[in-house]
Amino acid sequence: MKRHLLLSASLALGGLLMADALPAFAQSRAFISNERDHTMTVLDMDTLKVIETVKTGRRPRGITASPDGKLIYVCASDDNRVEVYDAKTLKLVKTLRSGPDPELFVLHPSGNPLYIANEDDNMVTVVNVENNDLIAEIPVGVEPEGMGISPDGKYMVNTSETTNMAHVVDTATNEIIENILVDSRPRIAEFSADGKQLWVSSEVGGTVSVIDPATWKIIKKISFKIPGVADDAIQPVGVRITKDGSKAFVALGPANRVAVINPKTLEVEKYLLVGQRVWQLGFTPDQKFLISTNGNSNDVSIIDVAAEKVTKSVTTGRAPWGVVVVP
Amino acid sequence: MSEAPRPFRLSLAGYAICMAGICWREGLRFLNQRGRFLSALVRPLVWLFIFAAGFRSVLGVSIIPPYDTYVLYEVYVTPGLVAMIQLFNGLQSSLSMVYDREVGAMRILLVSPYPRWFLLVSKLVAGICVSLLQVYAFLAVAWFWEVELPPIGYLAVVPALLLSGLMLGAMGLLMSSVFRQMENFASVMNFVIFPMFFASSALYPLWRVQESSLVLWWICTFNPFTYAVELIRFALYGQFNPLAALVVAGCALVFLAASILAYDPSAGVMARRGGPEDAK
Repeated sequence: MKRHLLLSASLALGGLLMADALPAFAQSRAFISNERDHTMTVLDMDTLKVIETVKTGRRPRGITASPDGKLIYVCASDDNRVEVYDAKTLKLVKTLRSGPDPELFVLHPSGNPLYIANEDDNMVTVVNVENNDLIAEIPVGVEPEGMGISPDGKYMVNTSETTNMAHVVDTATNEIIENILVDSRPRIAEFSADGKQLWVSSEVGGTVSVIDPATWKIIKKISFKIPGVADDAIQPVGVRITKDGSKAFVALGPANRVAVINPKTLEVEKYLLVGQRVWQLGFTPDQKFLISTNGNSNDVSIIDVAAEKVTKSVTTGRAPWGVVVVP
Repeated sequence: MSEAPRPFRLSLAGYAICMAGICWREGLRFLNQRGRFLSALVRPLVWLFIFAAGFRSVLGVSIIPPYDTYVLYEVYVTPGLVAMIQLFNGLQSSLSMVYDREVGAMRILLVSPYPRWFLLVSKLVAGICVSLLQVYAFLAVAWFWEVELPPIGYLAVVPALLLSGLMLGAMGLLMSSVFRQMENFASVMNFVIFPMFFASSALYPLWRVQESSLVLWWICTFNPFTYAVELIRFALYGQFNPLAALVVAGCALVFLAASILAYDPSAGVMARRGGPEDAK
């Protein structure tokens, strides 16, 4: 009996120790898709250490999370599917249909459906994330990429890289209601949290078009100038705007800078030096930090949003592409 | 019978007053010489504004300790320029002692009852205090040039500056005692300051040097100035570099001991050179 008690006690102690050894999941974590490694890096946002590197499908690019932060969606571009991971166990839960070569997607604010840009066949595929049903296929311009959705979920905007347009889709009918011509190679579409501005970045044009969703007209084209950096190296891609609308951040590709913009004046206020070929951006849930994925230097840079300073760069897998942070 | 004179004893307070007096005099001298102050400030600023601005996009490509992320070239080069201020200051103040010893106040000081080594060390400390003024003036201007260091760095750098200032000052002192022609500052620039500054990690990280020339890398690795730069660089980010601290402290001790020995008119090089009398 004594021995039995001793055994149970040591097992319990062992269990406690093991629980200690397991990664603590209370804090927020960043999920970063590594395009060339076919993996997803999980970064602890408190310690800024890599907790885990998860094997994914081939060429993971677009990455997002369910509104409750429990599921992580990843575009496995070369496997033509969307993979859904449990954010806690890091296990693959299911795969969703995506249409060919899914590059980027956006989840409806309610958490369903998922709008996926199919770069190769000029379509946006709408998929029910619950039962994997195909809801619609919306023909758009050539090489669709950027995907944005209005905060009320009424409008989805897709950008097509070759047609140089932002296509506005009514989510009730899944029909295009407006096409907006922007500068060449539009990459990303992002609504402000109040839904009063739509920002579209043009990689080759080197500008960000700010559009008024009431009229779908361009209010202003923001251009960039960095001393000592050639104009053609300034290629705007990722765009993020704080919830309070006080700051916007634009990743400038091979310029290795993230621009800080005042959304009220639409003027660039600062450029922050990050790693090479900065691609996408992602806020932490409290929006105190912003993460930039630096594709050519194989790392992510952490930006202190209030101080507008880069505090640290952390090595990830090869060619980090997208990032999402969950609580 | 007459009473034997009581042996004269120097009190600790006396030592402190002596050192404070020398430091105060050096500080006043520095502040009164506007040209010296200005040139001490302009020299690193020219490097920062012109040289570093031209190279800002060329070199900011890798993360090396103590940096946590990518830095612009002007941020990288700042610790090197701080060390450069100390290098110029150390050599200038030590070399000025050559004249000071012959025609200036040092001549009077050397006949005071305080030991020679103490007077020399006091003179070095005074030089370091002056270099601190120069460094902080430079860092203040650099702050407006977006070279913003962590607040702790501005404080943590003081001990590093004291140590590196001691090493560079003692080196200047040694050179001024050993070499005859050192009174000519231009030759010091050519043969000491430039080689020390360029063959170090002040302007480019050592891994970069290693990529282009292994020989140059070895030279940089054996250059004590490299360690002064790295000690200052780490301290500016609130970090401690033990190797750099050890090398700088070791070199400072060796230079100081050698210069005290060399400065002793009865045993050192000064005697061989004939001392101040010979200079007349």
